[in-house]
Amino acid sequence: MSQTIGSTTGSTTGSAVRRARPPRRAGDRAGTRPGPYPGWFYLPAAIVYGALFLIPTLLSFYFALTRWTIFDSEFIGLENFAQFFSEPALTRGFVNTFVYAVITSGAKVVLGLGLGLLLTSRILGRGYLRAVIFFPVLVSSVGVGITFQVLMNPTKGAINAALGVLGIDGPGWLVDPALALFSVALVDVWKGVGLATLIYMAGIVSIPKEYHEAARVDGAGSWRLFRDVVFPLSWPATSTVITLSLIGGLRSFDLIWAMTRGGPGFTSDVIASVIYKQYQAGFYGLSTAGNVILFLAVTAIVLPLTRFLARKEVEL
Amino acid sequence: MSSTTNPAGGGPVGGPRAALYRYGVGGLAIALSVVVFLVPFAFIVLVAAMDAQQAGEFRFAWPRDVQLWDNLVEVVRTRDYLLIIAFINSLVLTVASVALTVVLGAMVAFVLQRRRTRFTGFVNFLVLAGLIMPPAIVPTIWVLQRVGLFATMPGLILVEVAFGLSFTILLFRAFISTIPRELDEAAVLDGAGPLRLFFRVVLPLLRPVLVTVVLVQSVNVFNDFQTPLYFLPGDAGATVQLTLFNFQSQNLSSYNLLFMDVLLITIPPLVLYLFFNRQIVAGMTAGAVKG
Repeated sequence: MSQTIGSTTGSTTGSAVRRARPPRRAGDRAGTRPGPYPGWFYLPAAIVYGALFLIPTLLSFYFALTRWTIFDSEFIGLENFAQFFSEPALTRGFVNTFVYAVITSGAKVVLGLGLGLLLTSRILGRGYLRAVIFFPVLVSSVGVGITFQVLMNPTKGAINAALGVLGIDGPGWLVDPALALFSVALVDVWKGVGLATLIYMAGIVSIPKEYHEAARVDGAGSWRLFRDVVFPLSWPATSTVITLSLIGGLRSFDLIWAMTRGGPGFTSDVIASVIYKQYQAGFYGLSTAGNVILFLAVTAIVLPLTRFLARKEVEL
Repeated sequence: MSSTTNPAGGGPVGGPRAALYRYGVGGLAIALSVVVFLVPFAFIVLVAAMDAQQAGEFRFAWPRDVQLWDNLVEVVRTRDYLLIIAFINSLVLTVASVALTVVLGAMVAFVLQRRRTRFTGFVNFLVLAGLIMPPAIVPTIWVLQRVGLFATMPGLILVEVAFGLSFTILLFRAFISTIPRELDEAAVLDGAGPLRLFFRVVLPLLRPVLVTVVLVQSVNVFNDFQTPLYFLPGDAGATVQLTLFNFQSQNLSSYNLLFMDVLLITIPPLVLYLFFNRQIVAGMTAGAVKG
């Protein structure tokens, strides 16, 4: 790190810079071949990325078809996948993944847009609000998860205590099998809405003022202004928030694991937590099959979606 | 949301409606934000200052006996100063992986942006894939085991580099496109080879985006839970996020210590945010827009 920083602070005499000076040979060779942009600049990154991301991804398509103990593997065809879609515990995780991703990204779009509008308008305490809404994005999921696990305790937790004061009988947030997944999703939104808000704010601010003025002159009210000017013109922001939070939602693990471990039972399991559970239990083939399923799910959703969103962007 | 007055910022500045909106809605938003966003953080601090018995009551209350310092000492001492080791581990992991990611990513971004070949499209595709696709975990462990790096810090560092490269490359590439090519040519005419051109001309110019990338990646790696959980199991290599998880599993009776741990782990990102909020915000939104 210190080397990198040293060479970027602009000094041309620092020792860190001198150490980075190339051996003559490299310069000469590059002079005869592809100019000052040598292909071998790809090499270090390609080795790390190839060995630890690309090759494992390709391997996963084979190992998913095996019964695997790390040391040896036995080819069993599609058995792992059959098991994944026949055992209720695993199937539930598959379904939950989509429910979780759709709910969190939907909520982030709606709340992010609302907060984005609010925080780009003339309002008291705007700087404070921006800071406080964004900060949870930077806090670790495990820390947030533990905090809310305590706050959401059904009998002693502060949330139900506060609801009790209002005369509401609070639900069993994380212990109710029908509710656990949604409670975690709620906390996910709490933690992530700051980023969505920020993206919307950037989108809304970049709309040229002339549009507002033109719409006003035409007698558009606030609602028309929102529907016909602000919302369509901030579409790139919407498309970013949807894509980003869907990808994050489909892959999410940290928060769910910190809050429920997939429980009660397996009612709040998602694919990522199933992968971990099967890994812990030593079913590496099954775990890898989960990985392949997650891979295919992300591909099947994100690729068409980004294409659709991009087309919509052109239309608007 | 739009019934009071124009919320998008284009409305008239003066007038009683604008004032009502500014103070009425603003005041309401501030009150709500205190309940929704500040209370949970206040709760962390309060519980971290309680004695074990009161912490176990889960109540949002002032500590009967403020013992913030005692709890700090106790949590640090737990299991032979595990937390200190964990902070060192997290620091090593964050610094090493971010430094490597930044240098390797900038090298790729530089050539990727400057030179078009028939591979450019393929490389761009790989970069996007790295951003979107979930990593295949057990096969990665298998590869690491083959090269003897599984459950070692260097192995974990390299995994974090592999997962972080895509984001870094995208940010750098966008920024490098704003640096005029003439600068490269001038440096080459002056006799600079590619390494010298990169490290002495281009990298210094990347400074604004470099700060951003370093900050965002540092927060990401520091907060990462899943990757160390898989690739560096065991107490000796535990990162701070894992200590949290271990305390949660084993120390259920002493919530004050658990929350002290949460508090300690929240402080580094908070400090970074206080000093560099502009750069962090820029990086988060830029990365988002590119993604």
